[in-house]
Amino acid sequence: MLPVSYYIALSAILFSIGALGVLIRRNAIIIFMSVELMLNAANLAFVAFARSYESLSGQVFVFFIMTVAAAEVAVGLALIVAIFRSKHNIDVDQMSSLKG
Amino acid sequence: MTTDLILFLFLAIISVAAALGMLFSRNAVYSALYLIVNFVTVALFYLILGGAFIAVSQVAVYAGAIMVLFLFVIMLLGAEELGQSQTLSWQRPLAIVLGVGLVAEILSVVLTQTGVIASASSLPEGFGSPASIGNTLFLQYLLPFEVTSVLLLVAMIGAIVLTQRNKKDA
Repeated sequence: MLPVSYYIALSAILFSIGALGVLIRRNAIIIFMSVELMLNAANLAFVAFARSYESLSGQVFVFFIMTVAAAEVAVGLALIVAIFRSKHNIDVDQMSSLKG
Repeated sequence: MTTDLILFLFLAIISVAAALGMLFSRNAVYSALYLIVNFVTVALFYLILGGAFIAVSQVAVYAGAIMVLFLFVIMLLGAEELGQSQTLSWQRPLAIVLGVGLVAEILSVVLTQTGVIASASSLPEGFGSPASIGNTLFLQYLLPFEVTSVLLLVAMIGAIVLTQRNKKDA
């Protein structure tokens, strides 16, 4: 097996790309996809460490992260649909008023 | 070892390129498709790392269910090209500088830490198989598993309430 640091480095690069996406994109759906990318990078680090410690706990935690990601996407996309219905836009810069 | 390294680099380049394509493509549908490519390559990494069952569930849950939901919403809203305006002009260069700084920081920590974690060369029998994952999940992590079911229920109710109330108002 390759050293675990290779996988952690790849995970760090993917996480940073996701963080960059949250910072530079204004489309709310793309921002959600970037969050998914960051969660996925964390999963990769979990599985790499599970392999190197021969412990299945890391892989079980990936399941929990997948569940949280699914719940987050369901609620988040419902929010985006609701915002789109009232504002006809999903640009996060436009969502600056609390009155809707 | 060299075959492992070539395979790793090949998949890593595809996965980083897909992530960058997701980030910079103008059309949200293309972004979603690039993200699916990225999820599939990460699933292949799971296979290499001995998580066969988790790789399959990655493809089924992420690349299947979650991304289909994304594509549905993009096409429902017609939101392919929305959200291109940039009100803060200094935000993008600053974000790129900070992102590169974050990568450099993490890489310098990770790649200089040598010899701390010894990787086992051979795995025990059945590592990452559905049976062993199920044993760990239902014996060691039973309570978090039950909490997860409550979380999914709350998310389901939340999604229904969020979309329904708006329909009544309109």
